[in-house]
Amino acid sequence: MAKTPIVFVLNGAERASFAEPGQNLLEFLRRGVGDLSPKYGCGQGTCGACTVTIDGQTHLACLTLAESVTGRRVQTAAGLATGATLHPLQEAFMENFAAQCGYCTPGMLISAKALLDRNPNPSREEVVEAISGNICRCTGYEPIIEAILAAAKGRARA
Amino acid sequence: MIQSVETHATIAEAQRAMGADAIYMAGGTLVMRDVNAGVTATRIVRSSDPVLADIRLSGDGVTIGAGVTMAMIAVHRDLTFLAPVARSVGGPQIRNMATVGGNLFAPHPYGDFAVAMLALGARVSVAGQSAAPRPIADVLRERGRIGLVASVQVPRPQAPADFGFLKASRIKPKGVSVLSIAAYLPRQGGRIRGARVAFGAMGPMPLQASAVERVLDGQSLDAATITRAAQVAVEGLDPPTDPLATTWYRREVAGVHLKRLLERMARG
Repeated sequence: MAKTPIVFVLNGAERASFAEPGQNLLEFLRRGVGDLSPKYGCGQGTCGACTVTIDGQTHLACLTLAESVTGRRVQTAAGLATGATLHPLQEAFMENFAAQCGYCTPGMLISAKALLDRNPNPSREEVVEAISGNICRCTGYEPIIEAILAAAKGRARA
Repeated sequence: MIQSVETHATIAEAQRAMGADAIYMAGGTLVMRDVNAGVTATRIVRSSDPVLADIRLSGDGVTIGAGVTMAMIAVHRDLTFLAPVARSVGGPQIRNMATVGGNLFAPHPYGDFAVAMLALGARVSVAGQSAAPRPIADVLRERGRIGLVASVQVPRPQAPADFGFLKASRIKPKGVSVLSIAAYLPRQGGRIRGARVAFGAMGPMPLQASAVERVLDGQSLDAATITRAAQVAVEGLDPPTDPLATTWYRREVAGVHLKRLLERMARG
């Protein structure tokens, strides 16, 4: 089966790799491109661990055909930090103990970033809504909500 | 196992490219699950036709392209009556991906948007066919055989209070339907004229509640009418048992939720 060349922008840098026919974006990013930050959780669009943004909108990488990102901008949690400097959301997650096992964290961070990019001062309800597609089985969500609100208010240590 | 992915410039070309070995992919939220599981066709057919993302207002209706997403519906200033329905579908990521056309083909217990379309009496245009748009009830009955959906024509309620939607789920704010109900109750002189009520997750596809409609038609939406409508809520429905709820439970609560929805609509 012929592989398809995919040229796209990943975390601000142009990348190119080959996708198998029917390969989903999650496998393409992890196996083809080497970005391991989006996680494989359910593979059915339920858990949100594979959340990335495509042209600024959150998508589930496990349900996205890899070929559909040709020419588009993809952001993953791997692109949040600048060198050794963490993103304010990552700092806020640390400060508020918003990660326990950490498996949901990359998806949570991307959903939170997409929210703050379009709404820098969200209400608690808007935060809850924004992460409603991301499941966490450790924290009970409260520390995550507090972390996102703290990042929005600039209270993080960054 | 998928061997090729084809993207066609128009939806009509995509329709012509379909065959027994092909599956059409729009937002991917349903089809990609099967692709991931390796239990689907060998060809994926897609279309980049820009008309699929169109929302066109015309008089008292709106034509919604099959590729319009739930997120687009949720923020459209002229589709505020559909925003609560669109927001009830999945989480934010799903809403950025899931399409109006795809929702018509969503298996139980999904397809809440199709429930609203059925209650509103939408009509469906099929790709590559010049025939008049088909009633959505026919399309839902024959889905899988009708071809690719190009667009859906939806009447816009004259008064916001004429249309109501309720979704009962075990998880909030995101959760799969125990059941969903949509009601379109146009009123003239305080009387309901042409009631349409549809249930989701109460059968193999969204189903019209004809008994409820007969009770409501010609009546005012008062407490006695609402009570009578709730009493016949499950007539003609065929609720399944699944991990979310049993047939017995769905039958027990259908009238309760219908009553809540109608009382909310009566309050305006």
